[in-house]
Amino acid sequence: MQSVVVLFVMSLIVFSMINLVGDPVDMLVNPESLPDEIERVRRDFGLDQPVYIQYWKFLTGALSGDLGNSFVFGRPALTLMAERFPATLELAVSALIIAVMIGLPLGVYAGLRPDGLGARFIMGLSVLGISIPTFWLGLMMIILFSVILGWLPVSGRGETAVFLGIESSMFTLDGLKHLAMPATNLALFKIAMVMRLARAGTTEVMAQDFIRFARAKGLSSRRIVRAHLMPNILIPIVTVLGIEFGTLIAFATVTESIFAWPGLGKLVIDAIVNLDRPIVVAYLLFVVALFLVLNLVVDIIYAVLDPRVRLQGDEG
Amino acid sequence: MIGLSAIRARPTSYIAGLLVALIAIAAVFAPLIAPTNPYDLATVSILDGRLPPGGQMLDGTVSWLGTDGAGRDVLSAILYGLRTSLIVAISSAAIALTIGLAVGLSAAFYGGRLDTILMRVVDIQLSFPAILVALVMLALLGKGIDKVIIALAIVQWALYARTVRAAAMVERRKEYFEAVTCLELSNIRIIWRHLLPNSVSPLIVLATLQTAHSISIEATLSFLGVGVPITEPSLGSLIANGFDFILSGAYWITFFPGAMLLATVAAINIFGDQLREIINPRLAK
Repeated sequence: MQSVVVLFVMSLIVFSMINLVGDPVDMLVNPESLPDEIERVRRDFGLDQPVYIQYWKFLTGALSGDLGNSFVFGRPALTLMAERFPATLELAVSALIIAVMIGLPLGVYAGLRPDGLGARFIMGLSVLGISIPTFWLGLMMIILFSVILGWLPVSGRGETAVFLGIESSMFTLDGLKHLAMPATNLALFKIAMVMRLARAGTTEVMAQDFIRFARAKGLSSRRIVRAHLMPNILIPIVTVLGIEFGTLIAFATVTESIFAWPGLGKLVIDAIVNLDRPIVVAYLLFVVALFLVLNLVVDIIYAVLDPRVRLQGDEG
Repeated sequence: MIGLSAIRARPTSYIAGLLVALIAIAAVFAPLIAPTNPYDLATVSILDGRLPPGGQMLDGTVSWLGTDGAGRDVLSAILYGLRTSLIVAISSAAIALTIGLAVGLSAAFYGGRLDTILMRVVDIQLSFPAILVALVMLALLGKGIDKVIIALAIVQWALYARTVRAAAMVERRKEYFEAVTCLELSNIRIIWRHLLPNSVSPLIVLATLQTAHSISIEATLSFLGVGVPITEPSLGSLIANGFDFILSGAYWITFFPGAMLLATVAAINIFGDQLREIINPRLAK
C-alpha cells in the first residue's frame, strides 16, 4: 500500500516539476520554423494544455499501461524501455558475477589473516576502489585496452546470440569482448563492497565457538572455510547484493554512456539532454517501482533466511 | 577535542591532512598559481591545441600537462576546475548539513508522529542510490551550478538527518538533558544550546566523507553532461571534454584531470577515515 502511495506521489512530483524545465518544443522543431508550425507541434504533443490536464491524461494513460509516446522517437516510452532493458540487465548481471568472483576470495583472504601484508594491501586497494571515479577509470580502460593494446572494442554491444530463449551477448565471443570492459567497470564499486563485507564477516565468524570446535575436531582449514565459514558470511552478502542490484542498474547510466552500451541508462541520459519528458518520467517511475520491488524481495529473503526477523514480525 | 599529539601519532592522517590542505590552497589561489588563465579568450589560441605534456605554447609558456583541443593549458584548467568542484561540494554539504541538523534534531526532540514521518521520508530517500537521486533532481531542475548544488544537497540531507537524530536520541537520555528540561527553558533554547553542540561530533567525520562523495557525484554528473555548465567547467567536465580525444591518443586531456580528481577524493576519504579513528578509537579495528 505504501508502495502505491510512493509511486503516485513520485509521479505527481516528477510530472509537475519536469514541466518547469525548458521547452521541449524548442528541441524538437527546426529553429527556422514559422511560429504557426511551432504551435502545431505544441498542440500535437498536448503541450498547450495546462499542466493538471496533461497530468490527468498521463495518469489515466498510465493506469492502462500507456506512459505516453517519446517526443523524439515518436514511439511508446514503455516499448522503447522494454527494448533497451535486456542490455542493461545483462550488464548488471555480469557486473554482479564479476564482483562476487573477485571480491569474495580477496575479502575472505583478508579476513583470515587480518594483520598480514596481503590483507593490508587488499584493504588499501578497496579504499582506492571506493575513491576512484568509476567513469574516469572506464576512460583509462579504453585508453589501455583499446587504444594502446587494441584488444577490446570501444563501444557497442556486439553480436548477440539466443541461448535457452535468452538473447544475450554473453554467448558469442564478439559479444563477450564488448561486454568485458563495461561489466568490469560497473563491477568495480561492488568489488570493493563485497571485499569489505566478506572481510568483516570472516573476522566475525572466525572468532565464533563453532569454528574453534571445528578446528578442535581436526578439520582442515580448507574444509572449515568451505563448510563452516562460507554459508555464514554469504547470507548478509547475498542480501546486500540484492539491494545493491538496483544501484547497479542506476550506475549503469554512467557506464553505458562511456561505452555507448545501448541500454536503459543511455536512453534516459539522452532523454534528459533532449528534454524528452515522457521517457524521463517513464524511466523514473520504472526505477521507483524496481526499487520498491527489490526492497520487498529483500525483506522476504531476510524473513526466510533469518527466523528471528519472522518472530519479531509476529509479535509487533 | 582533537589533540595535535593524536594527529602526530598517526602519520597517515598527517599526510592526508596536509594533502587536503594543499588541494584546498591550490583551489583557492588558482588564479595566482595557474600559469595561464584558461578562460581568457584573449590569450588562448587554438593554434596551441593538443600540445603534448611539456610542449611550449606560442607565447612561450611551457604547458607541463599539455593543452586541450581548444589550446587551453590543462594544468591551469585543472586548477580552475578544482575550484568549481570544491565550491559545489562544500556549499552543497553546508546546505545539506543545515537541513539535516534541523530535521534530525527536531525529530529527536519532539519525537512522536513528527519523528515517524520525518524518518520514514529519510528511509525512503536513502533506499535510492545517490547518483540516481541527483540525476532525477537535475532532470527536474535543469542545468546550472546552483541547480547542481541544490541537487547534491537534496542527495545528502537525509544521511545527516539520520546520523544527527541517532546522536541526539542518545543525548536525550542523559542526565544533563533531564536537568535542562526541568529548568523550563524554551524548546528552541534547549535544542540550540544543549542538544545541538552535543550531537554534532559524529557529523564531522560524516561531512568529510560526504564531501569526497559529492565531489565524485558532481564529476560524474558533469561528465554525463547534466552537471555544471561548460562555461565553468569542473574536473568532471574537463574529463568529459577529453573523452572526445582519447581515441586519437591525446590521453593527457582526460588523464590529468582524472588523476587530480582521484587524488582529491582519496585524500579526503583517507583523512576522514583517520579522523573517525581519532575521534572514536573504539572503531579503530
